[in-house]
Parts: sequence; structure tokens; C-alpha cells
Amino acid sequence: MPDIQEHRLLDARGLLCPMPVVKAGKEIKSLADGEILKILATDRGSIVDFPAWADDTGNELMEWHEQEGGVFVFFIKKVEED
Amino acid sequence: MLEAQETNITEETVRTIVREEIERAFKKDPAKKRMAIVASKGSLDWAYPPLILATAGAAAGMEVSVFHTFYGLNAIHKDYEKLLKVSPVANPGMPMPVPMPDIVTALPGMTSFATGMMKGMFKKKNVATISELTEVALEMDVNLIACQMTMDVFGYEEKDFIEGVQFGGAAAFLSEARKSHVTLFV
Repeated sequence: MPDIQEHRLLDARGLLCPMPVVKAGKEIKSLADGEILKILATDRGSIVDFPAWADDTGNELMEWHEQEGGVFVFFIKKVEED
Repeated sequence: MLEAQETNITEETVRTIVREEIERAFKKDPAKKRMAIVASKGSLDWAYPPLILATAGAAAGMEVSVFHTFYGLNAIHKDYEKLLKVSPVANPGMPMPVPMPDIVTALPGMTSFATGMMKGMFKKKNVATISELTEVALEMDVNLIACQMTMDVFGYEEKDFIEGVQFGGAAAFLSEARKSHVTLFV
């Protein structure tokens, strides 16, 4: 598992669609270009939602995996739009 | 005027340039970032889909307008808590604790029972409430628009709606919709 150091952590555990994506959308605004947002989520739909969201927003989903206890961890790098 | 000159531009080169330009234009297509939704239903269950899609779209950087018309006005009414109910009548899709014949679902009190049950289910699963969704939507600059015509028909006034709601008609919706790739009627 790659060791990625995040600049900010979003704990979206326990939240259901659309709240994890909504919170991520707010959180990523406060990051600078190239900074990394780590997200913890338990909503199984987020496995599909975060890649789609990253693709739509132009941010980069660097890596995601499932932790013990059904927690999904996502690393998203902010890519400033030109 | 471009004069025909002796150049090395082949048809293939022209095609490549055109293709690249089209691809670039598609990426910049502003309609990709716009969504226009009609919310026309006034029950608790149907109040969710437009607001969920609107907030998810706004979170992905889209400019979103939700046009609340007819019973869809309920979700943005100040009394949304009382107005939004769910009825098990003619709703065979609704999961019930025990199988129920249609005639029983029509008994007095069944609507408030079903509404309470659904709210309890949502709360237990930690689904966002309607007020949380409208709050988040407004915070993210989603345009929540109340249909003026149906407001007049139902006898609603502007002050009956939650803070931040805008007012408009069919032309206002269409003006948004024609610039949006995502248009939905809920």
C-alpha cells in the first residue's frame, strides 16, 4: 500500500449518498493545487461515486482501498482547473 | 483572403487539426457543467431525488437549478415537515413491516404511520433530512426556484417559502435547461 501524506482529512464515515461527495466538494475548495485530500467513508456507493466525482471535477483519484471494518479510504489530489 | 498557396497541408493534416479543435471545444462545453431539474412531486420519498442530484451536482462544480412546481413546492415550503408525507396506498413498492392488503393501507392513520416509519428508517440509516439537503443546496448556490403560477393556484406567497428560494416561470426554467446537458423531470 503506498504511503500518501494528506494535507487534509475528511471523515465521512456514517454518511450516506450524497453527503460524502457534498462534503468532499466543499473540503477540496480549501485546498491548493496539488494538495491531497484523504477521505474516509463507509457508504459502499462511494466506491463508484468518488472516481466519477474526481473525473467530473478534474481532480485526481490517486488511490483508494478498503480498510478493516468496511471503511473506504480515498486519496484525491486537487487539480486546479485552467 | 487566403490565397491558394503552395503548401504541404494535406487533407489528413486538416482533419487532424479539426478533430483536435473539436475535442478541445467539447472539454470546454459549458453545458457539461449545468443541470436543470423539475421537481413536481410532493411526497416525502419523492422530495429526495431532485435534492440529492442537485447537491451531488453542485459538489462536482455544476451550476444547478431546481424548478419546484405543483406539489414539488412542498419541499421548499416553510411547512415542509408537515406537508411531506408518504402514503402506502397504491404504493406496492413501499417496504412494510408486515404484508398488508391494499384495503388496510387505506385506513385512517396509515399515511402518518408510513411517514413516521420512513422518517425513522432514514434517521436510523443516517440519511440526510430534507432540511439538511435544502440548506446544503442553498449554501452551494443551487438555485431553488418556486413556480410562480402554481404558487398562485395553491394560494402560496413568497413569504411561505424557506429563505433563499427564488421565483420564476416556465421560461426561466427553459432558459436554464437549454444551456444544460443534464435536464430531469422528477
